[in-house]
Amino acid sequence: MNKLYTFLKYFFIVFWAVFVVAPFLWALTTSFKDFQSVNGGVTYIPWVDFEPNLEGWKVLIKSPAKGGVDIVEPYFNSLFVTCTASFISIVLGTLSAYALSRYTFKAGFVKNNDITFFFISQRIMPPIVLSIPFFLFLSSINLLDSLVGLILVYIVLLMPIAVWIMVDFFNKVPREIDETALIDGCNPYQAFLKVVLPNSIPGLIVAGMFCIIFGWIDFFFAFILTFTEVQLLPVKIVALNSSVTPWWSLSASALVSVAPLIIVAFIVERYLSKGNLSGAIK
Amino acid sequence: MNFKHKYFFLFPGLFVLIGILIFPIIFVVRLSLSGWNSYNPGLDFIGLDNYIRLFTDDPRFWESFFRLSFLSVTTVVLQYVIGFALAHMVWKDIKFKRFFRVLFLVPMMTTPVIMTVIWRTFFHESLGPVNDILSNFGFSPKWLTDPALAKFTVIIVEVWQWTPFMFLLLLAGLLSLPKEPFLAAAIDGASPVRKFIYVTFPLMAPISIGAIIIRLIEASKIMDTVYVLTSGGPGTSTETSSFYIFIKGLREFQMGYAASMSFTYLIIMIISLTIIAKVLTKLLLKE
Repeated sequence: MNKLYTFLKYFFIVFWAVFVVAPFLWALTTSFKDFQSVNGGVTYIPWVDFEPNLEGWKVLIKSPAKGGVDIVEPYFNSLFVTCTASFISIVLGTLSAYALSRYTFKAGFVKNNDITFFFISQRIMPPIVLSIPFFLFLSSINLLDSLVGLILVYIVLLMPIAVWIMVDFFNKVPREIDETALIDGCNPYQAFLKVVLPNSIPGLIVAGMFCIIFGWIDFFFAFILTFTEVQLLPVKIVALNSSVTPWWSLSASALVSVAPLIIVAFIVERYLSKGNLSGAIK
Repeated sequence: MNFKHKYFFLFPGLFVLIGILIFPIIFVVRLSLSGWNSYNPGLDFIGLDNYIRLFTDDPRFWESFFRLSFLSVTTVVLQYVIGFALAHMVWKDIKFKRFFRVLFLVPMMTTPVIMTVIWRTFFHESLGPVNDILSNFGFSPKWLTDPALAKFTVIIVEVWQWTPFMFLLLLAGLLSLPKEPFLAAAIDGASPVRKFIYVTFPLMAPISIGAIIIRLIEASKIMDTVYVLTSGGPGTSTETSSFYIFIKGLREFQMGYAASMSFTYLIIMIISLTIIAKVLTKLLLKE
């Protein structure tokens, strides 16, 4: 019975691991193929099944004029938009979360929990509902197809995540530490900056990582609100898909775009093992 | 604590959020009462015509909505079951624990549309590896062009992508459980199965509810995957609400009608998610 259970357990874990890895391996091998080895039947192992070449990777940094794809600029656009929007969301979200965790608000029937819920409930909003008004709104103030417009939209997407994680986190940070700081003569802002924030770094890191993940993986708004001036990475890569579909450069660019966040997986796991995440995510 | 400072903390975030959101939301409602389309762009007022058309004369919207409900409920249930199983398996000591934990988190960190592009080549009917392997056994399923199978393919991709999120929340929950109930169960000599049913699962109920609701909210927006994988096809067999609104609004430029659909969709989402949250809380927390 016990042996069977252990066997099943490892069987399932290995099965799932293979399922998780499969598309990456496929993309990796495809990225070294050329037209012949993609269209001449399915091939897997380089040197054995097909002759590998670096064409798929080379076109990524060539300019479009020379028949390249040039994902360098979209890459930096994506990085810039994601990081800026995450940073603003974290700053504003942390301040609001601190207020919601430490002070009581009351305006009619609206209380702390309702305000927190208002923040978090923005995640319920389907992107499509906002896309049409944002499209018309941004075009009316000339921010369509610009980085600033996208950052504005991403703040709406990311701030709820920051508030959600930070409220829970601040609730876990003992109130006594800010009270002591206040008694010692700090004003509330000093107490927040010098005492509470340094004690909240794990929470800030988790919130930051979630913001970066959800900003980096967004496609829909970038797709609708930008055209040619500003292109984000996912839009660029999906556009590749619709043209002649060069599988090799498609795979190579997919791997390049996915790579940075794999590091995030390691960081998340570290916090998970230390038990810091359990309070931050609830 | 001082009275006025609290507003300085709360308001920047709150006002930025409201400032960015208030115009779009009011505008959607106003737009939904207009006949804005590509021939006649402008905010005229046609009353409730769009809503009447939606409720009496547009089965495609409701079909896409039921398809969305089916897809999101199925994927979330699968993600929960698999995510819980995986989390439970790597919770206690096993070989290569940290390696598997990181590995199981990875799909969540990848951009859905980009991975979907890869999945498209993966499931390609003649050039993809899946059919290459299956053809040895005499099968060659049409993963993307058969109406029933295309739904299944969307489910596979969604489960691959988002089970890690469920896994992360549930593993974090498992790691934060108190030790005492497990000691008590061990002293009573409970079997692993009974331990799971009577100790682990009830203790995990609140986290489970939270995780399921969060995933349902996110799953109810399924659209990127569908757009890249099947473009809603074959026919309309994988079209979800968001995607249908997208076609009407930003492809056919029936802005007014699309706005009325998105507002209806939002209201239905809020109501049904509230009901699901209440029902789940009752079901799971009573035991």
